[in-house]
Amino acid sequence: MRDRSLFRRLVIGVVFFWITVFVFFPNLLVVITSFLKRDPIRFVENAFTLESYVNLFDPVFFQIFIKSFKNALVATLVCLVMSYPFAYLLCRVPRRMRRYLLVLVIIPFWTSSLIRTYALVILLKGNGILNTLLLATGVIHQPLQILYTEGAVFCGLVYTLLPFMILPLYAAIEKLDPLLVEAAYDLGAGRVHVFTQVILPLTLPGIIAGCILVFLPALGLFYIPDLLGGAKSMLLGNFIRDQFLTARNWPFGAAASVILTMVMGVMLYAYYRSLKRFNASVME
Amino acid sequence: MSRAVVQLQHITKTYDGLAAVDDLSLEVFAGEFLTLLGPSGCGKTTILRLIAGFEAPDRGDIRIDDVRVNALPPNRRDVNTVFQSYALFPHMNVFDNVAFGLKLKGLQRNAVAERVRDVLEMVQLGGMETRRVTQLSGGQQQRVAFARAVVNEPLVLLLDEPLSALDYRLRKEMQLELKRLHRQLGITFIFVTHDQEEAITMSDRIIVMNQGRVEQSGSPKQIYEEPANLFVARFVGEINTFDGSVEAAGADWLTVRIHGTDFRLVNKRGFRSGDPVKVLLRPEDLQIQKTEPADGKPSLAGAVEELIYKGSTVDVIVRLTDGKPVYVTEFFNENAAYIFYERGQKVWLRWIDRWEVVLPDA
Repeated sequence: MRDRSLFRRLVIGVVFFWITVFVFFPNLLVVITSFLKRDPIRFVENAFTLESYVNLFDPVFFQIFIKSFKNALVATLVCLVMSYPFAYLLCRVPRRMRRYLLVLVIIPFWTSSLIRTYALVILLKGNGILNTLLLATGVIHQPLQILYTEGAVFCGLVYTLLPFMILPLYAAIEKLDPLLVEAAYDLGAGRVHVFTQVILPLTLPGIIAGCILVFLPALGLFYIPDLLGGAKSMLLGNFIRDQFLTARNWPFGAAASVILTMVMGVMLYAYYRSLKRFNASVME
Repeated sequence: MSRAVVQLQHITKTYDGLAAVDDLSLEVFAGEFLTLLGPSGCGKTTILRLIAGFEAPDRGDIRIDDVRVNALPPNRRDVNTVFQSYALFPHMNVFDNVAFGLKLKGLQRNAVAERVRDVLEMVQLGGMETRRVTQLSGGQQQRVAFARAVVNEPLVLLLDEPLSALDYRLRKEMQLELKRLHRQLGITFIFVTHDQEEAITMSDRIIVMNQGRVEQSGSPKQIYEEPANLFVARFVGEINTFDGSVEAAGADWLTVRIHGTDFRLVNKRGFRSGDPVKVLLRPEDLQIQKTEPADGKPSLAGAVEELIYKGSTVDVIVRLTDGKPVYVTEFFNENAAYIFYERGQKVWLRWIDRWEVVLPDA
């Protein structure tokens, strides 16, 4: 009994230490920095100001925000629409086959996503694999400009983030009792009603979890717009990085980062609330 | 005989090459309480799923209300199911669960509310409309599942072992309740169970099934008292089976030798001299005599091995002189205010003429 409590304290202590040193303090520094004045040489000056936050509402930067959110939203929706049928079928195929298909979903995690993004460049570039193939088969006569377009950025985001949508959806759909679907049919519901009134509401936690897991990275994955979108498409992630590394405006970058964290916080809170309500209705 | 609302005609359904239902035909008549009784895996649930439309037969036709429905999906069949695990929608309250089917039919809100209220009243859940189904007890969930199905006024109600998850007392209560509701609603019930006692208590007619086939169809009394074969006899209730051989036979009588004693029995099945037979006797049909019968009529001699007090009855295990155990049930009544035997006491067994069942030894 004493040993177990010691072990418990040790484990919790290590995690607590880790989170304090590597998560809490760095974030605290970011929050503090966002309220300081910019200094071109020493990065920050010890003087309180709200300047960085005011600057965020500058139309140029505000537009980046809006565009970034819009792109992330579209990427999330595309992921959702692509993943739901896949996750649903995954739960309906025989168990053996399901294992193989799940491994296929997980395989991309074995390679760094940065390297996989470079692989996409090779696929999509002017004399890349896709264009070569299309030219050789005579589908097109001029190489298509795919790389460095917004389409390529979406392609990269969706490709990278798809598994993060599929896995929570799969987990939610797998828990759905097939008898409930049969009961709905039995009571006279057609396919559409069965989906909208039984399947969708009962898998909602998985949908929300998947959307959060995709939406937040889609705002911040700066190397994907960099590599696939060229310098043209500036997203929130690129913007923050540029403020730190190129523009050397640390307080401004920190302020943008704080806003991003707050968005995440609000979304997680919403998820927590919806899950709580859902559990109250399902579990009790 | 009234109209057949459901007809199964030479239905075969196989899973992985194994026949769950094997060339089975049956008719269900309007308003009857029909029970499909059999051990697990006998195909009774498959039949329910075929009628509901969740499965399609490999061969044969299913007709509901004289219309072939083989290709009709479940949502377009005029039957509703009460599932074994209830399958209530966990994200809806009691009202929304029960109203589910009515709303799909496009009924007016007021009409829906009224119908739901009436049905909930009928299953004694009045005022529970806004309760979460997950907060209800097993018995209440059972009632909601029943209400959700009958509110649509289906032609046939399918009940898939709906009482098996309830405890003994509640199950007894719900059996009577279901019977009452069946009378009240006038809907045809097809009830699936593996519990022979439940089947006998509730049904107008029982179909005993085994390995995808019908073993016997008849009233509870027929099934219990005149089992058509050894499977039915052994599955429904306790029964003693004696090996016998026909020593002599006439048109309506036969002499069977059981454990060395000749009994003169009724010949209902045209047995002939030399046929091996099984003589079946229910424990309650056997009588124990403490002294050797003096009237010269045959009996089986043995010794009391065990007495089991059951409250309203006493079960006695008698071991015949050649070693075979026989189960006898004795009832307490004014002639036997107490029943007492010593272990090892010598006794003689006999039964009232014609209460035995003689079947060919398959």
